[in-house]
Amino acid sequence: MGQADLIMEAHAPGLTTGIPPFSVSAKKMAIWLFIIADAATFAACLVAYGFLRNGAAYWPRPFHSITNVAIMTFILLTSSLTMLLGVRAAKVGARSAAFGWTLLTALGGIVFALLHIREWLGLISEGMSMFHNQWGNPLFGASFFSITGLHLLHVTAGVVALLVVGIRYTRGRYNADDLEVTGLYWHFVDLVWMFVVPFVYLLNLSQ
Amino acid sequence: MVDAPDVQKHEPPARYTDPIRRYLIIYFCILVLAALQFFIAYAHIGATAKFERMLLIAIAEAGLALMFFMHLWAERRGFLVFVIVFTGFVLIAMQYGWTDSYRMELGAPYSQPKQGVLHQ
Repeated sequence: MGQADLIMEAHAPGLTTGIPPFSVSAKKMAIWLFIIADAATFAACLVAYGFLRNGAAYWPRPFHSITNVAIMTFILLTSSLTMLLGVRAAKVGARSAAFGWTLLTALGGIVFALLHIREWLGLISEGMSMFHNQWGNPLFGASFFSITGLHLLHVTAGVVALLVVGIRYTRGRYNADDLEVTGLYWHFVDLVWMFVVPFVYLLNLSQ
Repeated sequence: MVDAPDVQKHEPPARYTDPIRRYLIIYFCILVLAALQFFIAYAHIGATAKFERMLLIAIAEAGLALMFFMHLWAERRGFLVFVIVFTGFVLIAMQYGWTDSYRMELGAPYSQPKQGVLHQ
């Protein structure tokens, strides 16, 4: 057994041997730490929203139709699949296919954002703002725009990241691991939406 | 100068070479779960029951996405435990506020009732 092997046996990985913790690359570890922190941010927003809703005497239920949010959900879930296929293609070295799937993912994100903005404009035209709405409780607008706005910001940032990383990947400046890290972020944005839809939209359907 | 590869040699081999069929199955499972939430939204059940069912389904969807789309299942067990335990602890610790929201609603035991709430 060589000296390096002895060191490996003597110490836990990641402490003194230069092996990254959990055998995860630095970039991947960084994005996972970001995801954990961001999950806490969104959870805090949703808990605060639940707190306000639960404590309020009356809570508006302004959504008449689920069509728009259903289409948005379908697009975002599908974009996660295309992202997965893009990373898969990148891992086997198929650069053009990887770039194509990444572009398709970014396109999904753009369509999602446009639908989201259209929905916002519809609500705004009905008189809803951050501090006022025709249905009574002004906290509804504040919490709705805060949560969906934060998510929309993440989608927008994700689209920009996908385009930048995708283009740099095709030019050889980034590798498959960079695309994988961007994909992890995109899946997380999708994951957050899975909680936003039922609590912010579906529980507020007018019936 | 060529940069040293970021991924160490001992890192497990790329898991993204899973068959596409597996990804499609997971994708359809998540789609079905999402559709189920929409059906529950129109079900004639109480608000609490709706919330509980939607939460359970959302957790199932998130679990599938985490484990298979984000490949957490294929990472080392130590990393999986780190992410789940660390995140889970933070998320559970946030639930302290609920009791206070019920206090606001019911006005008991430490505050005056909110006007109109108890008489609805």
